[in-house]
Amino acid sequence: MPSKVEGWKDEVYGAEIRERLFEFAEEGWESIPEDEHDAWFERFKWWGLYHQRDGQESYFMMRIGTPNGVLKPGQLRTVAEVADEYARGPVDNPEFGGAYCDWTTRQSIQLHWIRIEDVPDIFEKLESAGLSTIQACGDSWRNIVGCPVAGKDTHEYVDAWPVAEELHEEFKGNELYENLPRKWKVSVTGCDEGCGQGDINDLAFEPARKELDGEQVRGFNVRVGGGLSRKEPRFAKDIDVFCRPENATDVSAGISALFRDHGDRDNRFNARIKFLMDEWGPEKFRAVLQEEYMDYELPTAGEDLREDYTYNAGTQGEHGDHVGVHAQPDGNYYIGLDVLVGRMGVEDVYELADLAEEYGSGEVRLTQRQNAIVTDVPEESLDALLDEPLLEDYSPDPHPFMRGSIACTGTEFCSLSIVETKNRQVRYARWLKDNVELPAGVEDFHVHLSGCTASCAQPQIADVSLRGMKTRKDGEPVEAFDIGLGGGLGEDPHFADWIAMRVAADEVPGYIANVLAAFEDEREGEESFREFVAARDEEALENLAEPAETDYEDPFMHNTKMTWYPYADEDGMDAKPTPARADGSRIPADD
Amino acid sequence: MAISVHQLDDGAWISVDDARRVSVGELRRLARHDFCGCALADVLVEGFVEVGVDPPDIEARVAGQCIACGESGVTDWLAVGRWLDGEFYPVAPESVHLLRRSDGSPTG
Ligand code: HEM
Ligand code: SF4
Ligand SMILES: [Zn+2]
Repeated sequence: MPSKVEGWKDEVYGAEIRERLFEFAEEGWESIPEDEHDAWFERFKWWGLYHQRDGQESYFMMRIGTPNGVLKPGQLRTVAEVADEYARGPVDNPEFGGAYCDWTTRQSIQLHWIRIEDVPDIFEKLESAGLSTIQACGDSWRNIVGCPVAGKDTHEYVDAWPVAEELHEEFKGNELYENLPRKWKVSVTGCDEGCGQGDINDLAFEPARKELDGEQVRGFNVRVGGGLSRKEPRFAKDIDVFCRPENATDVSAGISALFRDHGDRDNRFNARIKFLMDEWGPEKFRAVLQEEYMDYELPTAGEDLREDYTYNAGTQGEHGDHVGVHAQPDGNYYIGLDVLVGRMGVEDVYELADLAEEYGSGEVRLTQRQNAIVTDVPEESLDALLDEPLLEDYSPDPHPFMRGSIACTGTEFCSLSIVETKNRQVRYARWLKDNVELPAGVEDFHVHLSGCTASCAQPQIADVSLRGMKTRKDGEPVEAFDIGLGGGLGEDPHFADWIAMRVAADEVPGYIANVLAAFEDEREGEESFREFVAARDEEALENLAEPAETDYEDPFMHNTKMTWYPYADEDGMDAKPTPARADGSRIPADD
Repeated sequence: MAISVHQLDDGAWISVDDARRVSVGELRRLARHDFCGCALADVLVEGFVEVGVDPPDIEARVAGQCIACGESGVTDWLAVGRWLDGEFYPVAPESVHLLRRSDGSPTG
């Protein structure tokens, strides 16, 4: 039987949701019939609006999809203006203030505390700047990710930016693919560093070469079925297909139509294409694709560049993450700035937009490590840009613990979360930087923190994976983490092995310190952390280190999910100022 | 009386009568269960896999992990609340829950 969500999608879905959304906006939050809340909030996701969690009723998270993370000149300022005017909640965040922007692990932008009444104005503002929230959430083509400096990279083998743009144009708002069984995540990469993270997407185009009709062609190999969610992580499988850049749209159409028709619509937990791939295997997948969905003979895979991948590859020497100053092929430079946990206060976002205009072309790009890049800076402007005060907080040469930190949304706004995430990760990173010496030669050390098993912060591909949990301390429930070690991408990607379970949140920094001390003591020569973990069995890893209380203090040990907002002075559910009218006044409950 | 009950956002919460009533993230104690070897399991609720009504109980099968022993899995049906005279009364997470097998027979 089709799931309840499928029933709602059958009634209204896709582009037509917008009209009703605007009607509700016109008439106000209270005009959404109460018995239709669940159905409408599910549908609004298609337009990038996600109802915030319990206690924050009538406020929405809004996701803006920026393909490949590219913000064209002027667009970042528009984002800042929208955040400034519309993304303010009843209470400030203690680290980031009253309005802020999140750069996400899929090169998108998230704003919070959005009111439905403001949506038409926001859409008008975004759309007049060429930005959109279309299909940013919901069951369809999500934001397309890739190497953030596509088209501006000396590492580039194929220019993937026109391909990403073409896919974005073709599949956003395309009725044929607007209602898929589940989300559809695509990565297109042309660089030889592997920073497009194709391995963890539903569909990945990765650079490759192949001789076709006597000619060496540069294009892509195709992989399908990656994803990290629900304790069922999968790397995408090689389906043995080479694709010319000009065929990427046809191949994508075929594969997403296959998913549309064959994906599981009865059980949402089994709907992602990774589960269909489990069932079919890559050979059958390829055969069905060829027979039912393609009108030309698919070439077999070409020769890939995976052995050159440096990004998150567990090696030292090259970061591959685009942070720092790098030459572009046109003689200009791009400067990658480290944004701790991907969040910037709105004043800083304005400042970043100013700097991009003053020193570069005005373009800014977002990375899958939640960082920002200013492109097109002439050599003679570099020193002045590097002297700007903003770069003290968003460094092009960050400490490894800052550079390596990623965190998801967490209990601040997210219904799925078990624990507080971003503000905690900020505190972890600062404590580690101040208290822990990294072993010699270790310049890359990734700590990814996710509030639940959905794995938005991609914990399984980090040196240290943190996944939200609970435990008891002195009988009382406290926030905790399951800790994994030794994950990463590169030529041979590997998911972290879960080693220390249910570690109370205030003992995590001590655990990481102890793990690093053991690594330093026991490592062989220049062995990387990932090699060190790979060389040990589970028992040895479990005995490596113990969690420990330190002078690190954690203000979020209590059950932050049971607050209406974890940082409010009066944080109890019964103090919630929601649901609220457009002016922020609380709507009294009528029952 | 037909009451609308469903799980949403990948099992993050249970909607009863179109309002969010029960969320993931709580610890629930289970007695007479075969979720794990513990006499009294202490299960972190990570997701609601199935929801149902056995009047007046609102029930769910929960994906979670026992924080006492580490066992992960999906529970049998447990009551998370009751629907009485048009009102929802949650079962306090800290109280001890008795379970019903997925085939309807009592556990024990
Ligand atoms: C209100 C906040 C959010 C909610 C409710 C949410 C919801 C979810 C859910 C339900 C899943 C599991 C999906 C599945 O089974 O396919 C998921 C996975 C994921 N989400 Fe989010 N998410 C939120 C924020 C974010 C953010 C900030 C990002 C970054 C763009 C993000 C990116 C991802 C990624 C990368 C995965 C991972 C794994 C995969 O591909 O399977 N999410 N999210
Ligand atoms: S990982 Fe879980 S807690 Fe974090 S944003 Fe994603 S769904 Fe929410
Ligand atoms: Zn147990």
